[in-house]
This record gives sequence, structure tokens and C-alpha cells, in this order.
Amino acid sequence: MIEVRNLVKDYGGHLAVDHLSFTISDGQIYGFLGPNGAGKSTTMNIMTGYIGATEGDVLINGHNILEEPEEAKKCIGYLPELPPLYVDMTVMEQLNFAAELKKIPKKEREQAVQEVLELAKLMEVKGRLIRNLSKGYRQRVGLAQAVIGFPPVIVLDEPTVGLDPKQIIEIRDTIKELGKNHTVILSSHILSEVSAVCDHIMIIDRGKLIASDTPENLERQMEGASGMELSIKASEEEIMTTLEDLSLAADIVVSESGEEGIKHVSLNFRSGELDPEEDVRETIFFAFADQRLPILSMQSQKASLEEVFLELIKEAESDDINDSLEFKSNDEAESNTGESNTADKEIEDISNQRMEEGEEEQSE
Amino acid sequence: MNAIYRRELKSHFQSMTGYVFIAFMVLFIGIYFMAYNMMSGYPYFSYTLSGMVTIIMIGIPVLTMRSFADDRKTKTDQLLLTAPVTVTKMVLGKYFSMVTVFLVPVLLTSVCPLIIKMNGTAYLKVDYASMLAFFLLGCVYIAIGMFISSLTESQIIAAVGTFGVILLLLLWPNLVGFLPASASGSAIGFLILWTFVVFVVHRMTSHNLLAIVLEVVGVLVIVGIFFLKRSLLDRALVNLLEKISITQVLQNFTSHYIFDLGGLISYISVIFLLIFLTVQSIEKRRWS
Repeated sequence: MIEVRNLVKDYGGHLAVDHLSFTISDGQIYGFLGPNGAGKSTTMNIMTGYIGATEGDVLINGHNILEEPEEAKKCIGYLPELPPLYVDMTVMEQLNFAAELKKIPKKEREQAVQEVLELAKLMEVKGRLIRNLSKGYRQRVGLAQAVIGFPPVIVLDEPTVGLDPKQIIEIRDTIKELGKNHTVILSSHILSEVSAVCDHIMIIDRGKLIASDTPENLERQMEGASGMELSIKASEEEIMTTLEDLSLAADIVVSESGEEGIKHVSLNFRSGELDPEEDVRETIFFAFADQRLPILSMQSQKASLEEVFLELIKEAESDDINDSLEFKSNDEAESNTGESNTADKEIEDISNQRMEEGEEEQSE
Repeated sequence: MNAIYRRELKSHFQSMTGYVFIAFMVLFIGIYFMAYNMMSGYPYFSYTLSGMVTIIMIGIPVLTMRSFADDRKTKTDQLLLTAPVTVTKMVLGKYFSMVTVFLVPVLLTSVCPLIIKMNGTAYLKVDYASMLAFFLLGCVYIAIGMFISSLTESQIIAAVGTFGVILLLLLWPNLVGFLPASASGSAIGFLILWTFVVFVVHRMTSHNLLAIVLEVVGVLVIVGIFFLKRSLLDRALVNLLEKISITQVLQNFTSHYIFDLGGLISYISVIFLLIFLTVQSIEKRRWS
């Protein structure tokens, strides 16, 4: 169990971590997700005791990382962004050194090194100097070093950066394996990675936690922001009037489909403005049926995690813009956005317009 | 601490710096020994050691420059600082590994007084006492080098900085001679020194009132002494600053044949102070 309370890291006026609080429970794989420079590495460095925080506390299994650093650090295995390896040592020497540093008793040391060598598939390079290893192998040595002695908490900062696809899959499998009996925290700016491995996602942007949930729940949360693709045999005017009568909270783009007389329509529903009880597909079907305009195909699109991520980052950014311009239209924003309480309508409209423009260009 | 000590020691001999340092030291001790003791027939090995002071000035920075600068540059300090080891133990482990490397040439040269004895009269007590002082002086230099290495990421800056500081310490007795010895000169010197101390205190505490009170009290005391007991200030500045001269202790052993116990204790105190400062500089870096 890890508790992070009100963490702040101030790099001379620049807040790398901005009042961050969260709790991590045992036996799950957690993913820190965020764009570059979001404060993921800084948070991890503070959690593992490498650097100090300006404010706030970190408790690892009840031990404060500042007050009882040795106890707290014993519970953690850490793989930083760049694996901290001495290039003048062999893999075996490095791992033995790490085992000794972590105070693994002498009798168990050999056993512990063997275990991690097997886990990270390092058997064939164990006698080689780290200087001569490729990036992928170095990363694996770093991982082996982090998990040596199997501490209850394993922290991995971008564990798959710079690896080839095969190695990425191998490392992911290893992480999943570790996740069965350990708490694993990993960071990444790659979404597919986090959603493939983690039980729980925490999205961080500019030092703030902007979402924390399971991947499924995050997708569900954003269902309102879904879209729909239709092919309708009608003219553009007919389509627009029919849809406008329905007064949907959506952006409508009509384009040529390539077949004569058939138009391609894409609907982008604004997030949170859709009544989840009501099935909009039915409404649309009957509306066009009443006009005797045949719908040839209809496909609803669920928001992918990718979109959830972008949406959340965008919301956080627009929040910041609001703050800095000081036009606080909180009431308005709330009424506009419903569940997701933050987005600002104007900015959203602008970005939607941009998306439309982009799509038009594409269709042309 | 043990793990770090052994790893560092091994790395000194894997990266050649250890061998190069030992070879360099032994070569020059050999040259001085040959020139002073063998060829000129001077029976005191301690004389050779006092000549070696300039040689370790070049050797020690090479030995110490890597200690923390390299760790910081390659980010291997992340492994050490996130391991369940205190910073003090980490610093001690590194320090003792360098001291061990330095001990090798010192032990090798311990046969030199015996060679002198084989050829005639030798003053073994003076020679071995001098060797102890020489070893401790080297340990002080290593501590200086380690502290400077902990301040920077660049090994070059660490080496040049260490060399500069050691050279300054070597020249110190001569430099102090240029200071004014009169009472008024001493008073002005003390005022400048005290203001500097207050400035450092202010930087560390950012407490305005404290700094002002300290400055005013200091100025009043110095000016008071100047007007009331002027004789107290005669040569006072020179006498005080002469105490910093670190090579003087070794000179007492090698040239005046005095077993300067107080000097040895001052060496050890300086080593402790520098180790403490190194720990503080690493802690400070983690917090800013």
C-alpha cells in the first residue's frame, strides 16, 4: 500500500508536481499515463526517495520515505528511465552488487540473482560487460536489478522505451507475471501499453492527477463522446433538415460517399450531452424512415482509450487557459458538460471546428 | 557500505585509474628516494616525503575526480540513493575505497627507511611517524577531492578544482605573509571576514534580523577591541590564518622531527568536516 499525500515539487518556480495525492493498493498493476514532461518521472523519483519533495508525504507500507528511508526503500524496487548500471561491471557483478545493496542475506544472494537472471532472460549474457550490451539487454538488466529480492512494490519508469516490438512484448509479459504477486507501478506516454498491462490507470498532466480509474471505466465514462457513421441515400439538404429537426447535440459532417446519390454522414456527439437512457440510433432511424430516406448503413463508434486520453488532456488544458485568462464561467461550463465537469464550451467548439476542417480536407 | 566500498575498489582497478595512480606515486617516490637518499646520502626518508607533497597534489585529483561526478553524470547515483543505504554510508564507502588505493603506495614505500638502514644510520621513528602524517595529509586531500567531486557533474572540473584548492593550501603560508600585520590592518581583515560569515549565514537561513544583529554585534566587538585593547590585534589576523596552513603539520614531522599530535588530530577533524560537507552537498542536491 502506497499513500501519496499532497505532493509538490517546485523546480524554482516551475511546478513539476502540483499537489498530487493518490493511494495505491496492493497486488495490482498501476499505470501512470501522461504526455512528455507531465511529471511522471519526478513523481516516481520522489516515491522512491531519489529526490525530495517540496511539500507532501509519501508512505510506503506505512513507512514515510523521509522519516524511515531505509525501511521504506527496502520495500521498493526501482527501474528509472535510464537503467542505473555501472558499465565497467559484468551482468553478474551488477546484480550481485544490487543484491548486496538491498541487504539480501549472503546465503540467499546467489539464489536471488539466479531467479532474476531467469526472469529477465539474461542467462546467456550474464558474464558480459554491461558496456558491451545493447539497449534492450541493458533495460532487462535494469529490470532484473529492480525486482531482485522481489520487493513488494516495483516501480518501473517507461520500461519499454527504446526496445524492439518483440522485446516490448516480452517485457510486458514479465510485468504481467510480476503483477500477480506484487504491486507494480509503471509509467508510459504510450496508451496502448498502459491499457494492455495495467489494472488501473492514472492520467497525469502537468503535475496534476486528472483521472484515475480502471481502463474499462475510463472508456465508459467517455461513452458520451462517441460518434456515428451513416450512409444515407438522400441529398445533403434533406439530411440536414431531418437531423436538425432532431436537435441532436452533435456536429454533423456530410460528404460524398463515392456512390451516386448516397451521402456519407458522420456525427460527433459532444461529450456528456447525450442521454444514456435514450438510444439515439433508433431516433435517427425513425426520423429518416418517416421521410422515406433509406439508411444504408449505420455504425456507432465508441470512444477508444486514445480519445479518452486526448479528451482529458484537452479538458485540463482548457481549464488552465480559463484560469490564466480569468474568465471563470464555471456555471456555464458545468451546464454545458454535464458529467465531465471541466471542459469549456468555446474551446471545445473551436477544436471541433478544426476537426471538421481537417475532415473536409481529407474528403476533398 | 561494504558493498559500495568493494564495488568502488574493484572499479578503481578495472578502469586503470588505480594502477595508474599507484604507478605514478611509486615512480616519483622512487625518483626522490634515489636523488635525496641514495645519491646524496641524506639519511632521513622524511625529507623525500616532504618532497612528495607536490606530487600527490597532481595524483590525488585524478583519484578523486570520478567519485561522485561520474555517478551523477551516468545516473548510477539513482541506484545508490534509492537503495536502503544512508548517504553517509555511501560517502564513507567511496571515501575508504580511495583511501585504500592511496594506502598501497604508502605501504610499498615503507621499505625505503629499511633500505637506508641497511646502508648505514637510519632514523626509523622519524621516518615512520612522517609516513603516518604523510598518509593522513593524503587522506585530507582525498576528502577535499571527494567534496569537490560531489559538487559537479564534470570530472574535469572536479580534478582542476581539487588541484587548485590543494595548490592554494600549499602556497597558503607564503600568501598569509602578504597580509597586514598591524592592528588596524587586522581589524579591517576581521571585519571583512566577519561580514563574509554573516553573508553565508544569511544565505543559509534567509533571516534578515538575525544577519543584521550578528553583523552589528561583530562590528561593535571588533571596533571595541581596536580602541580598548589594541595590542590584542597585533598580528592577530596573520596568526589566525596561519593555522589553516595544512602542510605545516607535515613539515613539523619531516623537518623539525616533532611528533605533532595536535596536528594529526586537526587532520582527522578536517577529514570529518569534509565528509560531513560531502553528505550535505548530496542531500542538498536531492532537495533542490
